[in-house]
Parts: sequence; C-alpha cells; structure tokens
Amino acid sequence: MYPESLIADLESRARQLRRDVLQMVHAAGSGHLGGSLSAAEIMAALYFQHLRLDPQRPDWPERDRFILSKGHAAPVLYAALARRGFLPLDELRTLRQIGSRLQGHPDRLKLPGVEMTSGSLGHGLPVAVGLALAAQLQGAKWRTYLLLGDGELQAGLIWEGALMAAKNHLANLTAVVDQNDVQLDGPVHEIMPIEPLEAKWRAFNWNVLMVDGHNVRRLLESLDEAEQVHDRPTVIIARTTKGKGCSFMENQARWHGRAPNDEELACALEELGDD
Amino acid sequence: MTEMREAYGRALQAYGAQEPRLVVLDADVSASTRSALFRAAYPERFFNCGIAEAAMVDVAAGLALAGLIPFAHTFAFLLALRAAEPVRTCVAYARTNVKLVGAYGGLSDSRDGPTHHAITDLAVMRAMPNLSVVVPADAQEAAAAVACVARHQGPVYLRLSRAEVPDVFQPGQELVLGKGSVLREGRHVAIVNCGVLLSRCLQAAERLSARGIEATVVNMTTLKPLDEALLLEVADCGAVVTVEEHSVIGGLGGAVAECLAKSKPTPVRMVGIRDTFTESGPYEALLDKWGMGVADIVAACQAALAG
Repeated sequence: MYPESLIADLESRARQLRRDVLQMVHAAGSGHLGGSLSAAEIMAALYFQHLRLDPQRPDWPERDRFILSKGHAAPVLYAALARRGFLPLDELRTLRQIGSRLQGHPDRLKLPGVEMTSGSLGHGLPVAVGLALAAQLQGAKWRTYLLLGDGELQAGLIWEGALMAAKNHLANLTAVVDQNDVQLDGPVHEIMPIEPLEAKWRAFNWNVLMVDGHNVRRLLESLDEAEQVHDRPTVIIARTTKGKGCSFMENQARWHGRAPNDEELACALEELGDD
Repeated sequence: MTEMREAYGRALQAYGAQEPRLVVLDADVSASTRSALFRAAYPERFFNCGIAEAAMVDVAAGLALAGLIPFAHTFAFLLALRAAEPVRTCVAYARTNVKLVGAYGGLSDSRDGPTHHAITDLAVMRAMPNLSVVVPADAQEAAAAVACVARHQGPVYLRLSRAEVPDVFQPGQELVLGKGSVLREGRHVAIVNCGVLLSRCLQAAERLSARGIEATVVNMTTLKPLDEALLLEVADCGAVVTVEEHSVIGGLGGAVAECLAKSKPTPVRMVGIRDTFTESGPYEALLDKWGMGVADIVAACQAALAG
C-alpha cells in the first residue's frame, strides 16, 4: 500500500538523520552515536509518516505521543524534530552546550515536541502506560508510542510496566525495540542475555511483531498492523545494527558513546553520501 | 484521637466527586493507605499497580502528562527509597503534576518494625528540586491536604501516618501550602514542629510554662518550601527546638538549621530519631523510647536556652 516513492523518500530522510546525528555529535564533542544511527529508519518511519503530529502546535491535544525511552539517542530525536519543523535546523549545533534546549538527554520542559524527559533507562514504558491509560480513560483517539533499547530491557521497571500494560489491555500503546545487540560494556547477549525476546513479550501478553529495523516498508506495515489489534499492546522488535551506515562504527560497543574526530566524521559522511 | 489515614481516605473519596481529573494509584496496599475508599466510589479512576512502586510513580507521571491529577499511594519508605529515582527523574526533574502520598510515615507502622518505618523519607524528598513536601499534623490537616495538594500545580510529597493521632485542629481546617502557623506564643524558646508530634509539643510547652519558661509553638505543615519568614520571626527569642518523627538528619531539623545558619544564627536543638534504626513495638511507647517523648522536647528546650 505504500508507494515506492514514499519508501525511497523515507530512506533518504533516514540517511539525512544519520548525517545530522554525526555532525551534531562531532560538534558537541560527545554524545551517543551508535544507538542514534541504529534507530534512523525507525525514527524516519515514525516522524515522517506514521505519527500524527503538528509542528505548529506541539501541544495539540489530539497528537500521538512518542517517548524516547532510550534517551541517549537524543541526537536522532532532535534531528527528527528539526527536520519535521519543531525547531530550526541551526539549533542542532547547540547540542550539549550551556543554555541549549538540546540537553544531553531529552528534557520535556526545554524543548517543545519532547513529550517526556528521559535518559535514565527503564522509565519510558511505565510512563507510556500512564499516557495510554489516560487516553483510554478519556476515550481519546491518540496513540502512545515509545522507542526502547534492547540493553534497556534488562531493567526490571520495563517488565513492571509491561505487566500493567497487558493487565489494562492497552491496545493504544505501541512499543518499538531497537534491537542492535550492543550496550555500553559490550554485546547485549554477553553482558546480560535477554533472549528469547519474542517469547518473553508473548508471555507478558503482548502482541509481538518481528521486523528488520532498517526496512522502512516493513516498519510502516508493522506500525499499521499494531493498530488492528484491539485487546493488547504491541511491541515491534526491530532488529538493527548499532552504528548502521558507518561501516567502521557498526556493531562496535566503543561507538556507543563516543564522538567522531574530523577524519572519522569525513569518512562517515562520505560513506553515507548525499541525497 | 482520630485515625489519620481514615480521615485522608474519606477526604480523597469526597474530592473525587468535584474533581473529575483526580485519578488514584496504589501498589497493593490500598486497604492500608485507605485509597480503597476512592476505589469503591470511582473504580474506573483507580489503578492498582501491584507490588511495583517504581513503575507506579512512572505511570502516575504519564497520567499527569495527559492532564490528569494522579495521587500515587504506598508506604512512605517505598516511595522515598525504592521509587526515589523515578521520583527524581519523572516527577521532580520532569516537573509532572504528580502527588506522591506516603502512608505510614515515621514509626506509625510501629509493630512491623524498622523495615516498615520511614525515618529518612523527608530527607530524601526535601532534597529534590521542584518537589513540595507536606506533612499534616493531625487528621483534620490530612483531610484538608487533599484539596490543597490537588489544587497546587506541581509535584508534591504528602506524608501521612497510619496511627490514631491526637486532634489539634478543628474540622474545616484550612491548609495553605508554604505557610506555617503559630499555635502558642512565648518569649523564651520556639518549638518548631513538623508532623504528628504537635500535641506533644503543646504538652511540653505547658510543662515548661509551669517552670516559668514560655514557649512559642509553630507548626510547619509544609516542610518545603519552608516558611522562612515565620521561622526567622519566631527565632527572635534566641532558642529554637525542632520536633519531627524522622531522623534528626536531613528533615525539619536540617531545614531549620540551614535557614537559621544563613540568616539568623541561633542555638538549635533537634528532637527526633538519633542516627539509628528503631524496633517493633506499640506506637506511643516507641516514640517515647526513641527520643520523641514530651520529656525529650522539654529537655531540648532547656538545652537550647542554655545556648
């Protein structure tokens, strides 16, 4: 149902987000690249197609809510918000600087478009449960979305929230897991294995969709599919590559939270090409 | 004597009728906190989160983001300690309009022992930017706190008691966030109270009066923001005693000492739990044994007067 031209456009936007992220983190001299790059297609699918948002009215009551639970991927959120028109593109260069609205991790009080403050892992899911419960109670049509990291799934808070979402049949809640299998200290499957992930979420009474997290078409179809389920929340487990798009960063834990130097930036931008 | 939690639960239920945005959360202790009274009247606005206090606080933050006014209940020690990081990140820092209700403050769950006593909650909550801290002194104040806290725009920690506590205020007592009140005036020493030991402070003032020492008794229902203007005024007498059902570290004593050290250095003595854990036992006897008896307040006043 999605024309090839739209898919191509979203793929192009994902590459743009990657270029933005690289430049922001390079300029800031710090920040989390790997997990921002792995989520580029997910963020492009959400912010340029799926989410109902109005950049002119960040507090529009009927908007969909998106929470970046893996708050360290703030650069890709800021880039998506800027490219969507929530803030001037120039402002991206202020990331992590004194006085900036672009805090190291998202601050809802500083930047319109940021639905919830995040950065300490594990909170996004239970907070999203609260939002979804409120929508359910008020009979509102808007939906709640969140992006989780896979390392983050080691936090007990996530599973407390998962229980509550299932108990309350929060079909208006869609979680996406950016499963890049790399966390700060190394591979997720070594630091603290979380598999079998699909079976875990099913056991928690969630609807589970498995998808290639760099395939925009499949991401869009999964986000739509989630809306057709009416008795339970959905989690889309998106298999991704940490550092995707920059070959020398891919699957490297050392690129979890490190800024590129001038040569590394040039090399990465060249790989990504122009659109 | 009136059971504070019962008065609070009834007030919460009553307020539910006039405030449709009020939603209530509990973590499997609604029968104990009395939030069950609200559940009975408004089941669709009540969410039991199970034994998952940290998640409950986050869920409350989410409800607040959507414009509702969540009151999240559990035992005070769990809110202040197990859920401290969610409180910091998703309530205080994110400044969500969440009302955290810590039932069983101090030693009030006396027989369950130190695991269930809350003697550090005020220190933890007071250190959080953006968060107001309200500690009713009796059942009337606890009932009045519901509307006061709900109408306040911003996060609040409301500390309650499990116990039957002496009645000090009249029904219909008004509560203004950030304002303390003077219950008795005297020229020698100022007793500054926070919480349910207020009647003990008044008894202590009577005993002191019999010995020719006249004490002012101030009730600081709001621990934060502290009514510094009132504190500085009563400190003019030159001797201050703080009284709280909490560790002497970081609660009212700390707040008063910080203020006076900065603006009006004054001898201060602190009545509360010394830097120690307590034990199981009958409530009133525990208060007496662990340093919060009327005699302790009297002795602290005499010590403060001695300089």
